[in-house]
Amino acid sequence: MSPEISSHQAAPSETKAAANRYGSNAGQPLTRRDGLLKVTGRATYAADNHPEGLVFAVTAVSRIARGRVRAMNIDAAKAHPGVIDVLTPANRPPLSHDPDEKMPPFGFRVEVLQDDGVRYANQPIALVIAETLEAATEGAVLLDPQYDVEPARVDRATGLRFDPPGVGVGGDPSTAYGDLDAGFSQAAVTLEGEYETPPQYHNAMEPHAVVAEWDGDRVTLDMPNQALAMSCASYAAFFGIPVENVTIRSPFLGGGFGSKAIINGPQILAILAARMLKRPVKLVLTRAQMYGPVGHRGQTWQKLRLGMDSDGQLTALHHRSMSATSAFEDFLEPAANASLPLYASPAILVEHEGLRLDTGTPGPMRAPGEASGSAALEVAIDEAAEACGMDPLAFRLKNYAETEPGTGKPFSSKALRTCYAQGAARFGWSRRPLSPGQMRDENGLLVGWGMGTAVFHCPHFPAEARATLRADGTALVETGAADMGQGAWTALAQIAAEALGLDADQVEFHAGLSTLPDAGVAGGSAHTASAGLALHQAGGDAIARLTDLAVNDPQSPLFGAGNIGVIARRGRLYRRDDEARHESYAQILARSGQSEIIGTAKSARDPAVASDHALYSHGAVFAEVKIDPDLGQIRTTRLVGAFAAGRVINPRLVQSQYFGGMIWGLSFALHEEAVTDKRTGRIMNADLAEYRVPVNADIPPLEAILVDEEDAIVNPIGVKGVGEIGITGTVGAIANAVWHATGKRIRKFPIRIEDML
Amino acid sequence: MNRFDFIRPTSLADAVAAGTSPGSVYLAAGTNLIDLMKIGVTRPERVIDISRLPGLDRIEWLPDGSVRIGALVRNSDLAYDKRFAAAYPAVAEALLSGASAQLRNAATVGGNLLQRTRCAYFQDTASACNRREPGSGCDALQGENRLHAVLGWTEQCIATHPSDFCVPLAALDAMVEIEGQDGRRELPIGALHRLPDAHGATESVLAPGDLITGLRLSESTAFAAHARYVKLRERTSYAFAIVSAVALLSMDGDRIKASRLALGGVAAKPWRASAAEAALVGQRATREAFERAATAALGDARPSGDNAFKITLAHRILVRALTLAHQGTPKVLPALPASPFPDPHSPAPKGDLHVA
Repeated sequence: MSPEISSHQAAPSETKAAANRYGSNAGQPLTRRDGLLKVTGRATYAADNHPEGLVFAVTAVSRIARGRVRAMNIDAAKAHPGVIDVLTPANRPPLSHDPDEKMPPFGFRVEVLQDDGVRYANQPIALVIAETLEAATEGAVLLDPQYDVEPARVDRATGLRFDPPGVGVGGDPSTAYGDLDAGFSQAAVTLEGEYETPPQYHNAMEPHAVVAEWDGDRVTLDMPNQALAMSCASYAAFFGIPVENVTIRSPFLGGGFGSKAIINGPQILAILAARMLKRPVKLVLTRAQMYGPVGHRGQTWQKLRLGMDSDGQLTALHHRSMSATSAFEDFLEPAANASLPLYASPAILVEHEGLRLDTGTPGPMRAPGEASGSAALEVAIDEAAEACGMDPLAFRLKNYAETEPGTGKPFSSKALRTCYAQGAARFGWSRRPLSPGQMRDENGLLVGWGMGTAVFHCPHFPAEARATLRADGTALVETGAADMGQGAWTALAQIAAEALGLDADQVEFHAGLSTLPDAGVAGGSAHTASAGLALHQAGGDAIARLTDLAVNDPQSPLFGAGNIGVIARRGRLYRRDDEARHESYAQILARSGQSEIIGTAKSARDPAVASDHALYSHGAVFAEVKIDPDLGQIRTTRLVGAFAAGRVINPRLVQSQYFGGMIWGLSFALHEEAVTDKRTGRIMNADLAEYRVPVNADIPPLEAILVDEEDAIVNPIGVKGVGEIGITGTVGAIANAVWHATGKRIRKFPIRIEDML
Repeated sequence: MNRFDFIRPTSLADAVAAGTSPGSVYLAAGTNLIDLMKIGVTRPERVIDISRLPGLDRIEWLPDGSVRIGALVRNSDLAYDKRFAAAYPAVAEALLSGASAQLRNAATVGGNLLQRTRCAYFQDTASACNRREPGSGCDALQGENRLHAVLGWTEQCIATHPSDFCVPLAALDAMVEIEGQDGRRELPIGALHRLPDAHGATESVLAPGDLITGLRLSESTAFAAHARYVKLRERTSYAFAIVSAVALLSMDGDRIKASRLALGGVAAKPWRASAAEAALVGQRATREAFERAATAALGDARPSGDNAFKITLAHRILVRALTLAHQGTPKVLPALPASPFPDPHSPAPKGDLHVA
């Protein structure tokens, strides 16, 4: 920590030693500050807003995947009682930003009726606005579009392959370290495998929605949004208005998982309709309409080739992913990059090929790249261990990377060895037979144990915050953070409270509003670190200003303590070298004649930190499956994860994030898949009945061990990310457990019942 | 959703009279109908709300030991009726393995019988489907069909009937009571649903205006001690069957006096396995006998697409249902009804249940 911050660092709490450095709030398992609102239905989501004069918009969507709309029966739609207007490419008012141009940094090309072309099934092809939702919905049906159909390209055989300029968001398409050929020539054992992951959809409980209301050239948008400031800038560009004229209110999100960080076509159209009609417009996508214009996890076909010497030491690692994208955008699942940070191989090559399909554009979805890539890598590692006759954990330890493979950079912190040890001990891994098919339970079910390593990088977004110390000694803390349900309302308030030396209930916290200071993107598992650092520094700034008042005031017991420093604790400043001398914030403010003190911060990562260090969270996941030997039905019966992600702000919420990730990993391994008809390109299971995510009864007792990890480097608050890592080790762990139970090595996800027969 | 007339008749006669006019549908709980209206598969001109018709929400025990179940009895109310669950345990188990708790609390007995197929091509109005639009074709035939029918299908239609409840009903020869234009009549459930033929895929024998008013199950004490319904699905709850089976055994020592067997998820109707029943008469209850019965049940099975594995699974689920039924009806319903996984709250099953 920097000296000026540590001079008024919050005081130790009376609780256990590990939390002592962090004060009375951070580190405590507070329940959600928004919990009561949510369980009583009083938390308002975007679609809960009903401004006076509201009308309803519904998108008509294409039922073909490629071609053009030849005709629509607009008269029929307009004749339907209640229908106000129909937006089509023929009458769609102009936009100030070309939707066929990308909008940096994260904006994709969007479908906003710029032409009559159809590039994927479920693409918006018209917008119907009506006095009621029912009328707008029926109006969209009555359009009865006629198409010129071209053959859909939705599989590996018909898609167009290309060499991508980049993968993910601005990532390199290939990275090479060392001499791969030499590595393979030195290998005593070589292993090759092909792995396939399906298209998956975010399926946040809350669909994408917007309530848009214009007042002259100012617009207020109620919408679930993971990136308030960035989205304001994008909407301002699309509508040709100053960015300060766009207000986004997004107090709560019913899940986002990446899909609500990117501007999408339907929301833009609804905002456009509101401006055109001079009435507030509400648009809520149906579940089925979310399978297209709002992103997904793109399909991958991955090849892995691993060389090992006779001791099981990797000599070469080659990971190649063909990742699918749309016909008109370039986002590619950076799956192969999962092989970069984890295992010590003297030669590593990761590379990507693009495959253009007639689908909606994929985008970031919880652990983009890492989830798909580690699913393949962790199975391949298990196969490599098998090929070397080694226990999978011993194999991983043999190839443990002490520094970042390839770059040789030191890790800012890496407690992966402890994760392995604690997870394995808790799971009972040492009792695992090496060969598959050795274990049965008392009912005769096949039992298998598998493991996977979890890893996720630590990005950091610039963020701003404001902390106001008020006359009564409480504080108002503000930043435009987004709570997707993960608990940002709570964890960020805890960080702010700690910085201010106040209890959390003395801190009024405002977030989810774009007029507040920019808190960056709630994505990349970086929100707590990014917004948290800004809050920490804003709180520090407020305390520093308060300290200045006190130490320079002869009437204060703290007068003259400037060089010694003070400690902020429980609403009072204490002289560092003599805690008997102290004064409350309220007293200091009252005597100064100021009604409040405002601290601000603009925070960002120190570039040297990232250039000199490898920054990752780590973990290890252990899974037990049981499989009916006759029927092939698989059930995960135990799941133990151990994760090290720097400092834990709120262990209750962090555990919940790990659980959510692990459940998603289970879903990836055994359940989720969007099924596309190869002839038409239509997704045939675009609803929650048939797109199967696990139900509670599929989820075994979960354990997530929070491994202690101190990281004084990654950022001044020592926080890494926890939102996405849980998914990464779990997929492979379950697939490997299935192999261990049956001897069947399944390389295509999800693993299905027929794979077991 | 299209605009429609909504009427709420107060008598059965008024309901049937209204239901006879073209474009009419009956609405009870709406757990299937409303979804289909939202996605445009059903676009009725007139919705007749029968949910408040008097007298259809009762479970009545008749002097001969049979039971009459009103069409508006909720799925969960029937399953949790103690006397019913004791008399027809496999029916209760099937009911509780269907849908979700919320849906079971709403869905009615009559509606369950007439729920529509879950075939994605039936639900997708842009696809050809002979069921939805006679003569348009069947896009499932060359499409995504791994969960489609393996028995009784034709190129006109390869869809399956999704009900769990109907599977034990078929085994028990439930009688379906129908009020129609020409008064009251009744049918065995095996004659209610129709298989597709060379020309089309009519779903049932019901005529316009026909309204199911109730079900009757005859006394079946002989089977109550050995009754199981088992269901394979792609998640533990809230999923339709990949395949399912009911097995009801009447035992005489270790010999099978009689059996009632049916399969679910394999055909356009709940599939009574009569040949398998015949194969078991007088047999000792052994794995070999169960295997022979399953072979007999699936003698005519053939894949309709990418689903040959369903024949294997149907065979095995029937063997499993027989094995579990032979072990005896559980004293309490398993926590996960119809799951092939052992109930964590029950003693481990014994015998030849698990053979590698």
